[in-house]
Amino acid sequence: MHVFFEQENLDAYLSGFFWILKLTGASAVLALGFGVLLAAMRVSPIPVLRGVGTAWVNIFRNTPLTLVIFFSFFGLFSTLGLEFSDELDTNQFWLGVVGLSAYTAAFVCEAFRSGINTVPPGQAEAARAVGLTFAQTLRIVVLPQAGRAVIAPLGSVLIALCKNSTIVGTIGLLESSNIMKQLINDNGDAVIEIFLVFAGTFAVVLIPTGYVFGWLANKLAVRR
Amino acid sequence: MRIRRIAAIAAVALAFGVAACNSDSGNNNNAGGSTATGVVGKAQRDKKLIIGVKADQPGLGLQTGTQYEGFDIEIAKIIAKGLGVDAANIEWKTTVSANREPFIQQGTVDLVVATYTINDDRKTKVSFAGPYYVAGQDLLVKTDSTIAGPEQLAGKTVCSVTGSTPAKRIQENYKDTKLQLFDAYSKCLPLLENGQVDAVTTDDIILAGYASQAQYAGKFKVVGKPFSTEPYGIGLKKDDKSSCEKINDILKAAAADGTYKAAWDSTLGKSGTPAPTLDTTKLTNCG
Repeated sequence: MHVFFEQENLDAYLSGFFWILKLTGASAVLALGFGVLLAAMRVSPIPVLRGVGTAWVNIFRNTPLTLVIFFSFFGLFSTLGLEFSDELDTNQFWLGVVGLSAYTAAFVCEAFRSGINTVPPGQAEAARAVGLTFAQTLRIVVLPQAGRAVIAPLGSVLIALCKNSTIVGTIGLLESSNIMKQLINDNGDAVIEIFLVFAGTFAVVLIPTGYVFGWLANKLAVRR
Repeated sequence: MRIRRIAAIAAVALAFGVAACNSDSGNNNNAGGSTATGVVGKAQRDKKLIIGVKADQPGLGLQTGTQYEGFDIEIAKIIAKGLGVDAANIEWKTTVSANREPFIQQGTVDLVVATYTINDDRKTKVSFAGPYYVAGQDLLVKTDSTIAGPEQLAGKTVCSVTGSTPAKRIQENYKDTKLQLFDAYSKCLPLLENGQVDAVTTDDIILAGYASQAQYAGKFKVVGKPFSTEPYGIGLKKDDKSSCEKINDILKAAAADGTYKAAWDSTLGKSGTPAPTLDTTKLTNCG
């Protein structure tokens, strides 16, 4: 454990995981919002919206995340000039968030769409019968029930997102995987130890997350 | 319970597997028919070598398809030949700046010939033969840039590679400089071309290789004010002293009989730079 007793290394380790936390948090919020929107588009009565939603999901769900993040950096930023900040790391961070959210939204959308299928058709029919519009039906009747049905799969998406956020390291952000590489490079005699600490940190945080989502899913499930 | 038992068996098997690997690599170093140990011993026994090289540095170590070419590659071939290994029996392994020490320490490669600067920090982890070339850290900028040296980097953005000596030097000596880090220099070039970074920094010889690539011809220039001395060495396992000395002898012979010059002329020499003379008095003492 001698590597992590040095203050400098410990700071690097903590800052690496702090970036992961921020990436996961920001991307989770954006991906959830956008994913619900995409799901709404995919079940909407307007063919153009359905088409866009389907195209988005199919493109991003089937593109390797590394390429998505690369496009964020070399396409949006380097070629098209989209710049979030003068600070290098802040800029890398937000470009990473853009890529992660666009990618994760596709999975959130599909989770919600499967949730919508668990709501009995009679509910939507009844809503329409009392005069609610499509948007109202979705917002007031269908999505609340669908959301409660998909908590467990959303938990899996969140866990995947947290691990995926290490890929932002490829565009230069000093998150945990880059810090790990750095520490391994500086301490070639402690490779296994460093690896286990980094992998262990993910496990220690994510295993309870899985249980919390399982518990929540049980507690909030719609009893029919 | 069943699953738990299988997991336990798997864990034990894994532990044995790891132990077996360790003892294997131990044998490789010590046992065998000949008396020679380390890399020399392995070359004599197996007639094979695994050599770590760069894959993205034009002129030095560049991979196209399955072929590697460049000055480092030629040097590696000279050494392999001196150790009795045919060029065809060399297994090339791509390394990046950050994984050279781990690769040597873990035995993934036998030798590293990958623009590998000899320094005291690295000497605590690996041994170095050579140097076979002395480079210097410099800056690659756009042709119309006004940057004329490292003093003018304050507030500017510089691109380099994670874990490399040039990156560390910028971090320590030019603290006002913003540093964009990637895992390969090749990723820095589009950013330099588009103006998101003001300079790319590493050894002059590597930069010259990039500047002379066809797609960037005329766009970049090397500033030409090296601010460090980077002796390129050949990395091998620490304490493999006899192999290190043998490699130094091979380098001496190559300098004397002209194969060193031929290696230069067929690679970096194409840019018009005349072959340097290999100063054999400066070779490491392998200690």
